Formats: sequence, structure tokens, C-alpha cells
Amino acid sequence: MKIGVLVKQVPDTATKIVLTANGRGIEEGNVKWVMNPYDEYAVEAALRLQGPLSAEVVVFSLGPARAVETLRMALAMGCDRAVRIHAETPLDAFATGNALAVAIAASGCELVFGGKQAVDDDAGQVLQIVAEVLHWPVVSVANQLHVHAGNDGITVHRPAAGGVTEVVELGFPAVIGCDKGLNTPRYPSLPGIMKAKQKPLTEQQSRDLLGGVSPHVVLQQFSLPPDRPAGRKITGDPENVAQQLVDWLHNEIKVI
Amino acid sequence: MDCALTPEQQQLRQMVRDFAEGELAPAAEALEREERFSTELTQKMGELGLMGVMAPQQYGGLGLDTLSYLLIVEELARVHASHAATVAAHNTLGVGPIARFGSEAQKECYLPDLCSGRRLWGFGLTEPDAGSDAGNSRTTASLRDGQWTINGAKIFITNAATTITAGSTVQCVTGTDASGRKEMSCLLVPQGTPGFTTRTMKRKMLWRASNTAELFFDNVRVPEDHLLGTRGMGYKYMLQTLDSGRLGIAAMGLGGAQGAYDAALAYAKSRKAFGQSVASFQGNAFKLADCAMQIEAARALLYKACWLKDAGHPFGKEAAMAKLFCAQTMKLVADHAVQLHGGYGCMEEYPVARFYRDAKLLEIGEGTNEVQRLVIARQIGCFESA
Ligand SMILES: Cc1cc2nc3c(=O)[nH]c(=O)nc-3n(C[C@H](O)[C@H](O)[C@H](O)COP(=O)(O)OP(=O)(O)OC[C@H]3O[C@@H](n4cnc5c(N)ncnc54)[C@H](O)[C@@H]3O)c2cc1C
Repeated sequence: MKIGVLVKQVPDTATKIVLTANGRGIEEGNVKWVMNPYDEYAVEAALRLQGPLSAEVVVFSLGPARAVETLRMALAMGCDRAVRIHAETPLDAFATGNALAVAIAASGCELVFGGKQAVDDDAGQVLQIVAEVLHWPVVSVANQLHVHAGNDGITVHRPAAGGVTEVVELGFPAVIGCDKGLNTPRYPSLPGIMKAKQKPLTEQQSRDLLGGVSPHVVLQQFSLPPDRPAGRKITGDPENVAQQLVDWLHNEIKVI
Repeated sequence: MDCALTPEQQQLRQMVRDFAEGELAPAAEALEREERFSTELTQKMGELGLMGVMAPQQYGGLGLDTLSYLLIVEELARVHASHAATVAAHNTLGVGPIARFGSEAQKECYLPDLCSGRRLWGFGLTEPDAGSDAGNSRTTASLRDGQWTINGAKIFITNAATTITAGSTVQCVTGTDASGRKEMSCLLVPQGTPGFTTRTMKRKMLWRASNTAELFFDNVRVPEDHLLGTRGMGYKYMLQTLDSGRLGIAAMGLGGAQGAYDAALAYAKSRKAFGQSVASFQGNAFKLADCAMQIEAARALLYKACWLKDAGHPFGKEAAMAKLFCAQTMKLVADHAVQLHGGYGCMEEYPVARFYRDAKLLEIGEGTNEVQRLVIARQIGCFESA
């Protein structure tokens, strides 16, 4: 069996984002790039099944040349081989999902893990689009997994509203979106880092994978959130302060 | 010299940094307070491959270069000196002599467990009455009927009394040579050998989560084949080991300086006084600029010494310089870091207090500052007549 993992390289969440002059991108100079944290759970989930399912784990990333670092990290953690998909022009979630789906289908993977969302754009669409293109079922926000005794499917737990847990039974093929708490991702070991050097890392072109499919969404402009406005100070005697506060919370902010 | 990091070196630096920040940082304060060595964290570092970095692969090591090793020590020391000490002492002082001078049988017997970090190994040179002057050791070993009998004591031996310690390499006087000088040899003494006892030293001012021990030898018998390498070569082996060990201690100084500086810069930028950030007062800004400069210089010097070693050139002088310079850099930076923290810097809750304490060891262990100057002065010819 082959298991696919989708990973994205994103700015470290502690990075202070600075926009480029034209507002279409971010200044990359001082950005520290890391594997999307939710993808770490996906890599770990795949690696935990690598032995039990005698699976080859293939890690995919659609991203620029620097995304190779993230793929190498996944290889150092224990994935068997890596595929980077290169896009000449920026792609939206729809085109990204299409390109990944075609690459996954060609690789022969029957089970695909990804993070529930990427922490850079927080769109949370790619997994579902991949599943849709492949006509596979998808379960996202998984916080527990168990492979069936006969290795012919997987039980996935996902939190639903009101503290309820939904339990979903899936056969293969399937796509699973991973959440924090699913597992504790391993650190790549030093021997792992050295072995990763020998592992295959290939490159594919998104235009070869996409055929005629083109993006539906074209990014126009980024803008940073406005600076936090100054706080409001309420003064007066306690009764008066309470009255003003209630007024404000009720009529203006509308939280009570 | 080329000190650009390979992609693997960059990755291992990042891995160790993530591990140190994720696992060591949250544990450090309690371990320091309780003066406790953590077997669990030590073995985790073993699982990550940090305990046999330069040893040959056939014995379970990774066979990596010195720079890779130093990056590991640097990154650990950036967060917690005690754990960096455990790793540095184990790699260069524990594993190093066995890997370099040991017989095939000794390597096969000890190295796999040591390189995996399942077990630790000590390096017993210092004695209660002989530290810098280690040639004046008094612990003796005499050979009779195929057995060495050891008597004496060692002190301040890192990693020598943990529950996972497998033994120590011990320098002993094994006779006098033709010119009447003491003949020194190294013996491998496994834990649990009758008459051999170890005792953890408590109430240390620094390295409080690293194990430091006294070793006592009371008619301890080990078989003849427990001799390391050649009889009479003990002192040479120890000095050669220390040349490499110094690079590890230097990396601790560099990493410690970096950790103290990172904390100081972040704090000074966020702390306000008189309506501005503490970092923006010129006196403080200049201090931080000096720290940044010292750290860069220390790094360049250490990596150069390391490059000399890996390229097979003599590196003893540069190793001594790097050790001395990095130790002084950490001391200076930790001092500024506490100063920039003001009163909070005096509280153990703030890591800079610990960095301030830990810096001092680097001016004493593996050759004091004075001894480093002796090494340098000797190499530049100060003690020869013109
Ligand atoms: C936490 C810790 C861990 C250690 N780990 C180990 C270990 O794993 N293995 C091991 O063998 N040892 C270890 N040591 C011991 C350490 O290496 C010695 O403490 C050190 O070498 C100094 O020896 P000493 O303490 O006997 O001081 P001394 O040699 O007595 O020195 C006292 C002072 O005199 C100065 N001095 C001595 N000779 C000269 C000279 N010729 N010229 C000018 N000044 C001189 C010294 O620089 C020092 O300032 C450790 C020590 C500590 C504190």
C-alpha cells in the first residue's frame, strides 16, 4: 500500500508579516519557513501506519523551490520519497487541489493525510478539493485514528458541536484531515536527517498535471489588519460606570 | 576555509533547536531547582542520535564531522547548559577515547550502548589534589597475574554516577618510565566492579542538572585487557581528548552566549522605562551591539578551529583560543543580559539568571582560562629562548 501526505511550507507563526510594495505578496527576506504545524500531525499519522500496513509513504508539496526544505524534513522524519510540484504562476486552492489530486492518482496512493488547514491562508479547502477530484471520501478534523483489524479501512474520530464525537468508518481510498491532538509528531532524528539525503525527491510541473484546469480565484491584494484602536476609558461613580458599561456592551458592541 | 552549512547541517541545527525549545526549556527550571539529572531527557537525546555523533557507524555512531557535532552542542547550550554538558562530555570524553584508542573488542563491547545513549561513560582525569596539573595524578594501577589493581580517587567527573552510567575511563599511574617520570595509562572501569564506588556531588552552583561525581577506588581489580590503547600513553590520550573536548566546551560558550543574548534583546525591546524601550537607550543598545559582535567573532573562531580539525590540520592552539574566547563571550553576554533584565534577571524564573551562573564553568572545566593561555603561549613560543 502507498500512503500520501500533503505538506505545505508556511511562515513560522511568530513571523512578523510585511507586505510587498504592490500588496500582492509578503516580503520573504526575514521569514522563517516551517512545515505547516497541522501537516506535522499528518506526517506522523502516516508514519505510524508505515510499519503496520507495510506502506510506502510519499510526501507531496506544491510550492516554490524552498519547499524542498519542508519535504526534506518529512523525509528526515521517515517518509520514503518526496514529490515537489512546481507552479510557474500562483495557483488558487482549486488548481492546487487539482494538481495534487492528479499527482496522487498517478502515484498509486490509496490513503492521503493532510493538515486540516494551512496556517498561512487558513482557507482549509485543498483536502476537500483533492477528494472531490478523485471521487474519494474525505473526513476532516480527525483527532483519533484506528486502522481496522483486517487493514481494509480506518475508523476516524472527529469532534462535532457540543462536545459530541463523530465516529466515521472509511474504506480505502480516502482523504483524512488531521488536527492537533491526533498524535505527537516526532522530531526528525539525526540518523533520519542523514538517511533523507539518499531518498528520492522528484519534481513535477503543475501545468503537466493540470491539463486545461485553471485557477478560479486570482489574488488581487493583501492588507494587514488595522491597528488595534485605543481602549475606551469609562469614568464616574460606580453606578454611573456600570450604566455606561452596560449601555456600551448592549447597544454598541451587542454582546449582552 | 569553508564554513557554509550543508542542508543536513542546517536541518540538524533546526531539529536540535526545536527539541531544546520544546523539551528542555520547559523542564530546565525544575531540574535546576531540584538539582536533578534527567535520565528520560538524556535517553530522548540518545534516540535523536545525539550521543555518538562522531563515532564510526559500525559501532553505532553516526560518523559525522566535528562541525555537525558542535552545532548540536551549541543549540542545546542555547537553551540549557546542563544538557549540553551531558551531551558534550559523553561524546568527546566518554565515547571519544574508546572510539579513538580502544581495541576492537572494547569498541564492540561498549560503543553500541554508549552511542545510542542507553548508557553513559565518564572520563576520570581530575583528582582531589591534581586538576590543572593532571600529570601529578596519584591514582595508581599495578598489574599482577593478568589483573590491574586500582587505588585512589577522582573528582568532578561528569556523567559518572547516573543510573545509566556504564563506567569510566580512568587515568592511573602505572609505574615510572626510564627517565624516572610517572608512567600514565588509561583503564576502563565498569560500574559495579567490586571496590569501585561513585558518589554524585551535590550543591553545585551551576550545571545543576548535569551529573558530577566523585570516584573511589579501593583495591579495584579489572582484567589486563581493560587497558585503553598502549601502556604509558595515558597522559597523551587524555590531552588529545581534551583538545577535542575544548571545542565542545567552546560550543557551549557560543550557544550560551547566543541564548543569553536572544533573551536579553527580546526583553530589552519589550521592557519600557521613562516612556521608551530599555533597548533604545544608547548605553544599552551599544551593549547589545557589542554582544552581537562578540558572538559573531566567537562563532567564526570556533568554526575555524573546527574546520582545521576536520581538514586534518593541527588545531590545538585554535581550540584553546576558541574555548577561551567563547567562555569569555558567554560570561560577558550573560552579565549584560542580567543587567538588562534588572531585578528580574536575579530571579531563577528568568533563564538569564541560570546563564549567568552556568557561564562560570566554561572558564574552569576542561582546562581553566589560565591553562588555555598556557597552551596558546607555549604554541606561540613564549617559553623558548630566542
Ligand atoms: C562541573 C564540573 C565538571 C567537570 N567534569 C570533569 C570531567 O568530566 N572529567 C575530569 O577529569 N574533570 C572534570 N572537571 C574538573 C575540571 O577539569 C577541573 O576542575 C579543572 O581542570 C581545574 O582543576 P582544579 O579544580 O584542580 O583547579 P587547580 O588546578 O587547582 O587550579 C586552581 C587555580 O589555579 C590556576 N592555575 C593552576 N595552574 C596554573 C598555572 N600553571 N599557571 C597559572 N594558573 C594556574 C587555575 O587556572 C585555577 O585558577 C569538572 C569540573 C567541574 C566543576
